[in-house]
Amino acid sequence: MLSIKNLQASVEDKQILKGLNLEVKAGEVHAIMGPNGAGKSTLGYVLSGREGYEVNGGEALLGETDLLDIEVEERAREGLFLAFQYPVEIPGVSNMEFMKAAVDAKREAAGEDALSSKEFLQRAKAACKQVNLPLEFLKRGVNEGFSGGEKKRNEIMQMMLLEPKLCILDETDSGLDIDALQVVAEGVNSQRSDDRAFIVVTHYQRLLDYIKPDFVHVLADGKIVKSGGPELALELEAQGYAWLDNGAEA
Amino acid sequence: MTEQINEAEQINEAINREYEAGFVTNVESETFEPGLNEDIIRRISAMKNEPEWMLEWRLKAYEAWLQMEEPDWAHVEYDKPDFQAISYYSAPKSMADRPQSLDEVDPELLATYEKLGIPLEEQKALAGVAMDVVWDSVSVVTTFKENLKEAGVIFCSISEALQEYPELVKKYLGTVVPQRDNYYAALNSAVFTDGSFVFIPKGVRCPMELSTYFRINEQNTGQFERTLIVAEEGSHVSYLEGCTAPQRDENQLHAAVVELVCLDDAEIKYSTVQNWYPGDENGKGGIYNFVTKRAVCHTNAKVSWTQVETGSAVTWKYPSCILKGDNSIGEFYSVALTRGAQQADTGTKMIHIGKNTKSTIISKGISAGRSNNSYRGLVRINPKAKGARNFTQCDSLLIGDQCGAHTFPYVEALNPSAVVEHEATTSKVSDDQMFLCQQRGLDAEKAVSMIVNGFCKEVFKELPMEFAVEAGKLLEISLEGSVG
Repeated sequence: MLSIKNLQASVEDKQILKGLNLEVKAGEVHAIMGPNGAGKSTLGYVLSGREGYEVNGGEALLGETDLLDIEVEERAREGLFLAFQYPVEIPGVSNMEFMKAAVDAKREAAGEDALSSKEFLQRAKAACKQVNLPLEFLKRGVNEGFSGGEKKRNEIMQMMLLEPKLCILDETDSGLDIDALQVVAEGVNSQRSDDRAFIVVTHYQRLLDYIKPDFVHVLADGKIVKSGGPELALELEAQGYAWLDNGAEA
Repeated sequence: MTEQINEAEQINEAINREYEAGFVTNVESETFEPGLNEDIIRRISAMKNEPEWMLEWRLKAYEAWLQMEEPDWAHVEYDKPDFQAISYYSAPKSMADRPQSLDEVDPELLATYEKLGIPLEEQKALAGVAMDVVWDSVSVVTTFKENLKEAGVIFCSISEALQEYPELVKKYLGTVVPQRDNYYAALNSAVFTDGSFVFIPKGVRCPMELSTYFRINEQNTGQFERTLIVAEEGSHVSYLEGCTAPQRDENQLHAAVVELVCLDDAEIKYSTVQNWYPGDENGKGGIYNFVTKRAVCHTNAKVSWTQVETGSAVTWKYPSCILKGDNSIGEFYSVALTRGAQQADTGTKMIHIGKNTKSTIISKGISAGRSNNSYRGLVRINPKAKGARNFTQCDSLLIGDQCGAHTFPYVEALNPSAVVEHEATTSKVSDDQMFLCQQRGLDAEKAVSMIVNGFCKEVFKELPMEFAVEAGKLLEISLEGSVG
């Protein structure tokens, strides 16, 4: 589903990704772990096409589509979803209005009719319930005055409504207490399916207790330096990232 | 189908009635030659078959205007209009044709409604809105007058009011905005050609929203509308005003005067969506919009001004409330969007005279392109206005880095018990917000328009429903091309 080959990218002329390779198949969950500053968040931004993230080489295909060739919104409509570490507020724009527009934009790109308001509302309500957000959150401004946990749950709700092919969760666990973490993880798990893949970017193993990955990769200094099964995450938890200094940095 | 036909018939009837009322008889001289002098004013008055006192009133205004100087304190720059190059009277061509059915109404006029998304046939369906349509300087189509009449409401052109209800006009005209109030108000008083007159009798709640669509069409024609709304004791009315103008090369002056008289316990809600032609990217050819709007609120009366301003090359406009009576309330909700080379200097004046008077000001300025957007507001608490309160919130939103937002708040609190609050913020459409929207699949223009609409929500919610939708659409259209 996602094929990244030798991806290189820089921010303000500083090289962050230095030849990253990653293959993700439909139905799989990949965890990407690593020390701060390794380029974990950069990967999500580069794949989604954020301004200021310059691609210097390599390729990234989502299915048949060359992601690096198209605009941010086109990547989104192709089925790429990024759950933000720090979701931003859009005052006065209700969650409903925002998500209806997003869902319709995606449907339009796929040649489908816009959802009726009624149909959309039903879906939105169901998603809201699933992530344990009161229905009034649909009427509130996007992330406006939400707590940290509510913002993250709101991200998952958006993911449910957009039904993406590939979800990238960028340190979704940061700032969450254990209850919120469980709710978020349950939401993600409910969305796992054979035709959808996840990349879970996290600093801590904790999240992976709830979202069981199929593969774990260690990202350090702009590259994947080690890959393995779920047991790798436990190893990292026990040993920390200090061992990388000998391997990757040398 | 039958309903539609009936509707069309009703409209035709209204059209014909309008013409029968015939305040314009000499259809040959459709447009006056450019120039302004006493004779022109006499001719305007004669064309409209006005009572003698009206002519004298106009001449007095003209005399005052000659002694006045064009104000230059506003934060706008423009070439001063040449008042001798303007034609002060023009009637649309189709007036001469006397349309017998809707098919005969100027198709361009109908096309304009289509463009606005409000075809004439459907206007009735729009929640019982009655329309008094102004095409250039003279009313062409007036609908629903009969229904209003049943309720005792008068809603007609001011020319017609001068024929049918001269005493009412005489009693209130100029009582809120006197002839010599300011330069443009004086000019308007001298040469106004048409506008609306609304009279809501004591205790009556106007059964429908009253709406006027303005348009400028003829080239080199200054538009000087005069609107007078009188809400008698305990009455209630919601008035909607909206306008568009086609592209043109010459700068066009639009100097309207709106007077609201809100008697004891009455309420007037006045909503405007303004979309005059803003000119090309350098502002060339855009409309100059120099408007005087003011309300007098008597005891326990309430006036709300809600405006969405997106057009004009230069805007100079301060809908104001004189809170004369005790416990009266004034509100001002404004969205002003400028782009390209547009300049807007707009805001309000709240003059607290009565005891326990309250005013609320919510102003949202959005600047894009190279435009300049200024809020100018005066809150004055007179010495006897015990217990007066004001809350002002001025928010500016910048799109891009070449535009300007300015705030000029004036507060004069002359009574120690007054509570005056002022909040102001300036923000930018952030990269983070844009990225979030785009990552969810919205293109850049949709993202900006959504963020801007959200920013304006507090004001939009004050607009009548269908107007709010239209205003949102208008912002979206106006923002097209403002993001790179």
